[in-house]
Amino acid sequence: MDLPLIWAVLIAVAVMLYVLLDGMDLGVGMLSAFAASDEERNMMNATIEPVWDGNETWLILGGGGLFAAFPLAYAVIMPAVYLPLLLMLAALIFRGVAFEFRHKAVRKPTRLFWNGAFYGGSFAAAFAQGVILGAFITGIETDGRAFAGGEFDWLSPFSLLTGVSVAIGYVLLGACWLVLKTEGETQAKAKRFGARALVGVSLCFALVSIATLFIDPRVTERWGVSMNHIEPGKLLLLAPIPFVGLLAAVQLLRDLTGFAMRRAAPDWRPYVLAATVFLSGYLGLAVSLFPWLVPFQFTIWDAAARDNALGLMLAGAAVMLPAILAYTAYVYSLFWGKVKPGDGYHA
Amino acid sequence: MELDALILSRLQFAFVVAFHILFPAFTIGLASFLAVCEGLWLRTGRDVFKRLYLHWVKIFALAFAMGVVSGVVMSYQFGTNWSIFADKTGSVLGPLLGYEVLTAFFLEATFLGVMLFGWSRVGRRLHFVATCAVAVGTSISAFWILSANSWMQTPAGFAIDPQSGNFYATNWREVIFTASFAPRYVHMMLAAYVTTAAVVLAAGAWQTVNKRSSDPTRWQMRMAAGTLAALMPLQIWAGHWSGEVAHEHQPAKIAAMEGWCETRAVQGTVLFAWPAENDCGLSGVVVPNTSPILFASATHDLQGLDYFDNSAPGRERPPLWMVFYAFRIMVGAGIGMLALGFWGVWKWRSGDIDRPGLFHWAAIPGGALGFIAVLTGWITAEVGRQPWTVYGYLSTADSVAPVSAGAVATSLLVFMIVYAIVFTAGVVYMARIATRGFDDEPPHGKHRAPGSPLGSVDEPAQMPGDIVAAE
Repeated sequence: MDLPLIWAVLIAVAVMLYVLLDGMDLGVGMLSAFAASDEERNMMNATIEPVWDGNETWLILGGGGLFAAFPLAYAVIMPAVYLPLLLMLAALIFRGVAFEFRHKAVRKPTRLFWNGAFYGGSFAAAFAQGVILGAFITGIETDGRAFAGGEFDWLSPFSLLTGVSVAIGYVLLGACWLVLKTEGETQAKAKRFGARALVGVSLCFALVSIATLFIDPRVTERWGVSMNHIEPGKLLLLAPIPFVGLLAAVQLLRDLTGFAMRRAAPDWRPYVLAATVFLSGYLGLAVSLFPWLVPFQFTIWDAAARDNALGLMLAGAAVMLPAILAYTAYVYSLFWGKVKPGDGYHA
Repeated sequence: MELDALILSRLQFAFVVAFHILFPAFTIGLASFLAVCEGLWLRTGRDVFKRLYLHWVKIFALAFAMGVVSGVVMSYQFGTNWSIFADKTGSVLGPLLGYEVLTAFFLEATFLGVMLFGWSRVGRRLHFVATCAVAVGTSISAFWILSANSWMQTPAGFAIDPQSGNFYATNWREVIFTASFAPRYVHMMLAAYVTTAAVVLAAGAWQTVNKRSSDPTRWQMRMAAGTLAALMPLQIWAGHWSGEVAHEHQPAKIAAMEGWCETRAVQGTVLFAWPAENDCGLSGVVVPNTSPILFASATHDLQGLDYFDNSAPGRERPPLWMVFYAFRIMVGAGIGMLALGFWGVWKWRSGDIDRPGLFHWAAIPGGALGFIAVLTGWITAEVGRQPWTVYGYLSTADSVAPVSAGAVATSLLVFMIVYAIVFTAGVVYMARIATRGFDDEPPHGKHRAPGSPLGSVDEPAQMPGDIVAAE
């Protein structure tokens, strides 16, 4: 059994789940900056309050799983993104405690501070995650089995672009989640923000895709595209991935704007379509980089832990992951349905 | 001392882990306390236990959130600052931490949502199951963390790859259950319970001296004092057990803890000490000839600091004063909690636990004793492991990541500022709830649901429908 490959897929799925679930939490957090009143803000937050903690745990599985399954990759990547990671952690700290503290603050200045910490933290965490992604794609300087670059190696126009892309993408996810969980004025607002975010995301995805062409020929070689020629065979084989994403984006835009729609789309559909757009981008990235775990330095097999460690964890994951997915689904179903004004911490 | 990346990384790890441990130590105990309260309510139907639950779950929500966010930081520290350690030990410690995420973190985090927001959406029993799931999750989490840390203290069941120098497991049972694991896990779990009990007692005492005492106040003080009186003797025994194991596997740590200057067949107990201009570097007040009682299982000479002088491999020793004093402060805090427990039970039996008195004035600052003991206990354990990360096999200096001192100084500063803000606010908000007591809630009838864990004091009463639906 190819244990490193299995674990690479598992961790990729964990990170994907993190993006879809906590991405939407961070998106709702950013959108709550635009709430018309405290009441609307509370209602927006009530859509994610019971589940955000479980959602963030996928990030711990991503980080912890990388340490457990690919210690070398963990050891090389983390020091390379030291400062953006610090930004992400500080932002997640403020965002996480603000869930609780914003309700506890009695005086107005502290209330404003924790509200600000909530959406500021949500944005900074999203942006930092995008920057880390960009730094990861552009590659890391190593010496032997260790990081050997400088503390600002992560900083590039490309990583800033991916930072902005991820933040806008999370706004899209958050808006679509609000479409599902709210009604009336708040829902209409979510649709407006969602449509704008979708346009932004589409632009960003296109820019990122073009920019990757220039990063390393090996990225685009797999797609059969290089600076001077195109291999239709390779390209056609993989073309369905971006094509499905594009279709989903078009339908999502119609769902959110109501353009050329005979009747309104069901409320669940925007989130599913937005998730599809993300999935297509994520799969596209995975296809481009596979099998590199530290791009162009270490493959998943170079970086993997010993087989007996991977096997032991696989035994645990085989039992626990289905259980985790089952009780997560149960809790989501428990809190299914529209959030009403006054729900959440006040109900 | 030069502030290089190594010392800054050590300071940073010490800072973020010390900040973090305060919250798990409190929430492990509080989750169990909440499970007991809710269980008693379901069992007896007595309103007072429900009121206790609804009161403390608000504080739990705050403490848990702070534990989560400071825990996320921990899961990246190994990579950012101790990447060489991560690369070398990943095949051994990775699965242990992986199992912690899979078996504990998801369980806690997911059912916390039901615990805090599900009161009106699930039945009583199911809600109790959710509370228990969170409580069990916290204990499982402690299991894996103590397992991983104990492997670093007393490594076993592994070999080292001659090519890469990386550790790998040869026997997982030996890796997970190392010699120091059992005593240290018991010691930590009991520490969490007594820490929480001391806080609950202090909150009750505060309400009592401020004339805010009510039926739940009385009950929480009885339960807390009873817990301290019952568990502190066990805890002292667990600590002793842990010390015996450490003496067998890490004699240098014990020599520093005890302040033994010379290697002798029989040692005494240093009550306190101060730096001195002699070979050993300390003078102190010593109770002679205690080692035959305290280290009854020792069969050979008890090595002192003269043996551990860093002069040769195998003779490394930890810094003396931190270990020496941290250990004494921990023991003192423990004895303080033992005394509070017995005193409280005596007050309870004599019927005046809710009459303000000297006991209550002692119990209020006593609420900090558990945290003091937890911090100093971990300092003893971790500084006592120096100069190693994996005791005897991987030195701390060889574990640090190739990051610049400037980057680490930046992150340390950021963490200090962020934690200062978050910690101050969190403690203020928790103390506000804990000290306000129960007098903001009606003694009978409708209470605020845990759907509003934070709606404790400053929020309007909620709609009447939700509690009725749950009952």
